[in-house]
Parts: sequence; structure tokens; C-alpha cells
Amino acid sequence: MTFIKTLGALVLGAGLALPALADQDPAIEQRQGQFKLFVHNFGLLGGMAQGRMDYDAEMAQTAADNLFHVTRHDQSRLWPEGTDSMSVDGTRANPAIWENLDDFVSKFAALQDAAENLQGVAGSGPDEMRAGVGALGQACQACHQVYRDEAS
Amino acid sequence: MLRKTLITVALTGLALGGVLWWLSAPDPLDARSLDALQGDAEQGRAVYLAAGCASCHKGPERDADPLVLSGGRSFASDFGTFIAPNISPDPENGIGTWTQAAFINAVMRGVSPEGKHYYPAFPYTSYIRADPQDMADLYAYMMTLPSDANPSRPHDLGFPFNIRRGVGLWKALFLTEDWVTTDDLTEQEARGRYLSEALAHCAECHTPRNALGALDTDRWLLGAPNPSGRGRIPAIAGDEFDWTAFDISAYLETGFTPDFDVVGGTMADVVNSLQHLDKSELDAIAAFLLHVR
Repeated sequence: MTFIKTLGALVLGAGLALPALADQDPAIEQRQGQFKLFVHNFGLLGGMAQGRMDYDAEMAQTAADNLFHVTRHDQSRLWPEGTDSMSVDGTRANPAIWENLDDFVSKFAALQDAAENLQGVAGSGPDEMRAGVGALGQACQACHQVYRDEAS
Repeated sequence: MLRKTLITVALTGLALGGVLWWLSAPDPLDARSLDALQGDAEQGRAVYLAAGCASCHKGPERDADPLVLSGGRSFASDFGTFIAPNISPDPENGIGTWTQAAFINAVMRGVSPEGKHYYPAFPYTSYIRADPQDMADLYAYMMTLPSDANPSRPHDLGFPFNIRRGVGLWKALFLTEDWVTTDDLTEQEARGRYLSEALAHCAECHTPRNALGALDTDRWLLGAPNPSGRGRIPAIAGDEFDWTAFDISAYLETGFTPDFDVVGGTMADVVNSLQHLDKSELDAIAAFLLHVR
């Protein structure tokens, strides 16, 4: 009897705890942290591209170098199954990512290419940088358009 | 006595039915004056981009061509699922055989060439405020787009929303060609109002709806639940919206928010379309939105 009760409590407890545990999968916050680093650097380049601040070749190059490196961070442990917005709270990652992983991976590769291109032009002058910023923005948008939910 | 009562009830019922039938009748614009308009396809391209036709009517594939209006995208709602029809110039499955007047009545009055109501998922509720000349230009342009033979699929709606005639009553209650913003406007703000309230139909997503699916103009542009997915469509007016004119115009041009997040979701289609307009048009939208706020 006690054994059965304990087992019942365990099963019940596990059932209750599972969604909460899934909520707390650290991969979600970690990948969000990576996107914040993208924005940290992209914002500087975008600000210069839009004339919100003066173009500075050295600062632009540093930000573009950073973007090159952070977009090369290995993604293999950042997107575990079950961390989509249907399964857990706290993420805007649409389940379509996992249904179209090949496409998602190729769109991420396009982002890496755009970051590499930007790294090559960011220090060469405002117009060169602006073109690179636009192309990188397109790579971001291609993914956001189909794989990111609206903010809540 | 009973007979008299029955007759009274029957007559009242008939009269009421007659009034409802009369109220729900389609109300098209005069075909002759619409057909007299001379459309200019080149001008029509800008109207097409501002009105965002492709966002809903392009094909359902993720990378669908925004010039091929094959239809087939589905839009979930509280009333059922709407499926955008083929509006390419295909004579069989598109709108290739439509007259200019039929086209303008569809877009500006929500009335089909057969005289049936369209559901207000099609934002004629905004386009009703458009200039018929712009619609003639749009017609000329859309007839130059590629044809696609994909057949339109019927909507999937529950009772009573599947009764099209009922849309006529909805129109009698909610369809109006009046501007929502009626204050004095500068010329630039007025242009922005035309783009925002008529062509680009911003409010259709950014304003919450009442129980019957009509826009709640008391909460105009203050953000709304996402009609077809998770999350919310953000406010573009009110206290929580603090963008400058520069921010708004730059966002519509590049898709970058002031914090350099990059546009996504259905708004990405909007930006992909609006970014091809003259910058002065985007500035006008910005000026108008700041006026509303």
C-alpha cells in the first residue's frame, strides 16, 4: 500500500513537474542570449547605416568581427526538441523549426554567410557597410518571417 | 382571435424578414462610371504594394512569389478558417474575365461579380475609403501579373457564419466609408491617413475586434491578439508606442526596429511590400501615426 502510494505520488509529481522542468530548459535562455549578442553588434552597424550615429570604420569593423564570431557559435545544443512555443512558455521559436530543420539550418548558414560578407566590407566605408547591413538584415528576416512567433 | 394573432405574427415575421432581406442586399457602386475610369498599370504597381494584396493572396509556400496571386493561404479566425482565393488573371480560376467595375466593386464594396457578399476577412472594410482611380490603376496592373491555374478553395466556416447573405447585415452595421481619424490634418498626415486607413489597412490587424469581428474603433491601433497564431500584434498608437517618425519610416523601409530587432511574422510581408514605395509615402504614414498617437 505504501509502495503503491509512493509510486502514485511519484507519477503525479513527475506529471506536474515535467512542464515546469521543460520551461526551464536552459537552452532557451542561452539561445536568447546569443540573439542579444547579435543585436548588441548589429545595432551599432545598423545605427551607423541609418545615420543615427556617425560612421566609424574601426567600431564598425569590431562589431562586424564580433558578428562573424557569434554567428559561428555551435548551434547543436541550443535547439533541443520540445523547446518550441507550443510545448513551453517563454519562447517564440515556432514548432515549424523542428518540422523543417534542414531549411532552418540552411537559413542559419545564410546568416553566417551574410555576417562573413559584412565583416569584409564594414571597415571599407559607410556605403559598403550599409549594403552589408541590409543583406544581413534580410538573412535575419528570412527566418523571423516563418519561424518566430509574434511577441506576447 | 387565435387566427388573428397567427396572421399578425406571420405578417410581422414576413415584414421583418423583408426588412432583413432588404438590409442585407449587396450595395455595389455604379458600374458605368467605374468602367469609364482609365487605369494606368504603372501607377497601379504602387497601389498594389501599398495595399499589400500579395501578403494574403500569394501562394502558401514559404518563399512564394509575391507577384503570383494563386491564393491558398489559410487564415484561422473565431468564425472558421478563411482561404484566400486565386486573384491572378487566370480566366478559369482567377479574375481574368472580370470587368474593371466588377473588380472595383469586389475591392471597395465586398460584392462579387455574381452579386454575392465577400466576408470581411477581405479588407474591403478599409479599401472602401480608397480612390476609385487608384483601384482602376490597380486593376490595370494586376491584369499584367502572371496567371496561375490553382483553383480557389471554399472557406471552412461554421453556422451561421456560412450564410453569406448574413454578411449584408454585418455590412449594414459596420461597413463605413468615413475616416476613423477625423481631425484636421496636414497634407502629409492626410496622405498618411489615406495610406494607413485605406490602402495598407493597418487597423485590420493592429486594432482589436468585437464579438462580431468588427474593429473596435475605441481602441484604434492599440494592438490586438494575433488572429492567426500565438502572441499579439503590437500597438502602433497609444502610450506604449514610443517610436519617432524616423523610427517608423526606417522600420517600414528596412524592417529594423529602433532596437535593431528585425521584422518577422506577417509584418515581414508588409515591410517587403511597403519598402518599395517612395520614402515620402513611408514618411507620410509615420506622420499620420504620430498624429493619431
